[in-house]
Amino acid sequence: MSVLKKSAAEQAKALAAKEISASELVKAHYEQIKAVDKDVKAFLYLDEKNALAQAEQIDKKRAAGEKLSPLAGVPLALKDVMVQENVPTTCGSKILEGWRPPYDATVVSKLKSNDVVILGKTNMDEFAMGSSTENSAYGPTHNPWDLSRIPGGSSGGSAAAVAAFEAPISIGTDTGGSIRQPAAVCGIVGVKPTYGSVSRYGLVAFSSSLDQAGPFARTVEDAALLHAAIAGFDPKDSTSINAPVPDFVAAARKKDIKGLKIGVVKELTGDGYQKGVAEKFSETLDLLVKLGAQIVEVSCPNFQYALAAYYLVAPSECSSNLARFDAMRYGLRVGDDGNRSAEEVMNLTRQAGFGREVKRRIILGTYALSSGYYDAYYGSAQKVRTLIKQDFDNAFKSADVLVSPTAPTTAFKIGEKANDPLAMYLNDIATIPVNMAGICGMSLPNGLASEDKLPSGFQIMAPAMADDRLYLVGGAIEAALTENWGKPFWEFAPKLNGSKC
Amino acid sequence: MAGISREEVANLARLARIQMSDEELDHLSGEMQVILSAVAKVQEVAGKDVPPTSHPIPINNVTREDVVTKSLTNEQALSGAPKKSENRFQVPQILGEE
Repeated sequence: MSVLKKSAAEQAKALAAKEISASELVKAHYEQIKAVDKDVKAFLYLDEKNALAQAEQIDKKRAAGEKLSPLAGVPLALKDVMVQENVPTTCGSKILEGWRPPYDATVVSKLKSNDVVILGKTNMDEFAMGSSTENSAYGPTHNPWDLSRIPGGSSGGSAAAVAAFEAPISIGTDTGGSIRQPAAVCGIVGVKPTYGSVSRYGLVAFSSSLDQAGPFARTVEDAALLHAAIAGFDPKDSTSINAPVPDFVAAARKKDIKGLKIGVVKELTGDGYQKGVAEKFSETLDLLVKLGAQIVEVSCPNFQYALAAYYLVAPSECSSNLARFDAMRYGLRVGDDGNRSAEEVMNLTRQAGFGREVKRRIILGTYALSSGYYDAYYGSAQKVRTLIKQDFDNAFKSADVLVSPTAPTTAFKIGEKANDPLAMYLNDIATIPVNMAGICGMSLPNGLASEDKLPSGFQIMAPAMADDRLYLVGGAIEAALTENWGKPFWEFAPKLNGSKC
Repeated sequence: MAGISREEVANLARLARIQMSDEELDHLSGEMQVILSAVAKVQEVAGKDVPPTSHPIPINNVTREDVVTKSLTNEQALSGAPKKSENRFQVPQILGEE
């Protein structure tokens, strides 16, 4: 088997056994990127020279017998919304084209101190606003399962890179579903950690009360390993939770869910879900029963307002956060001819630098926060947020975890929903409640939809700081499904043109 | 829900410091109309008795000891500046002629 198809855990094992060097492993991934990324377009920037130098250092440390982290030498793809010192960071926007940040995000520092090798930066919807990666100023990413389709978004590049074997693991961010939905449509595992459990320092803010970075991987265990490497309290993030991090990796390996209570959220099933996705969901519920879990139905009546509340809270926060792009200190500056005022230059720069969806959300947020409309829109949305939290609190009284399909459909065609913002927003209908309440969620592949043979995703939700439950349930489902299929899920994927594996 | 006029959108764009062409304004006014009527749904359940939530976890002001820590050098802070002079950001004029 090609090393590219090995999981991160298996790659780490091969490195530890000195069957392969970190340099060879990193080179193999760059070869794959060079072979397939002309079609997939997952990466915006490759940091090849630095990554290879880092890999050599790791090989030296290993040869010297140093004790290394479990992921030492394993390559990773980084969403272009996380700042990395002296590596171009665009957030998929023209307004930051060519900007090289002078510091590392905490997630990046943690990856570096774990000797994880960052291959490069991945494509995304501009400032993480979107569900298809079509809103990138640098063109869309293509779904490795069908290149004419979207990879989901906003972390579409990070999801596609893992699905295309360009990296075994990657980092995404999830504000309303931007890790879980791309994981679902690309047929991989994605986790949105509990809000405050992974530092936001150096994550370019879109909606500060919702944004959260998390792992993508092809296996549940790999996601747990990466999650463990990036989680933990950070004094540089004032919303960071100072509490012990549960053992995700042990939970992923346990594979025993006898007696666990699994709540099916009534409001996140039924009409609006593609037939094949609904079928896979009910098959997975049957599987959970076979594994000894108990299925209960729960009702979260206020979830029907979550999408509307999200599209007020997130744009409101974005209109404030994106005020920092003012053409004065970094990024694009347009029209500075010596005669125009700073304000005129600012206006022209933001016109040229922001794309349509970003402008739409800034204007919507500016409206929702303006005097006279504040109570009716932003204020009401904050109240809905309370109601959603209460719904979750009640549901978790009768269930250990909650489940639903991750996305209502499989991957759609590039361009299909590009001109209908409301249709696009519906992609996140099942993922948004988790962000609104600050709890955690996972998506893992649960099969191919019968009508289009594309990946379907199964969402698991757990209370705040109980992210280990995601791994416990996810690990058990993955093991049982793999046994049923007789092979891992990614073996169903078509081979990409030129692929090295 | 009352509609949103093209003039209102133009005013919002001014407040948000985004220059907009006539075409952009026309397009966005239409879209805002549709989006606002969809999100107005939140008003159905936002009763007076429901407390607002601004943040998923209870947040208090976070302070730290007043100790000197490593920060960006002057050169690093200016490294992305569109224009700089004499160790400062150089910006277009902020006051008019008069």
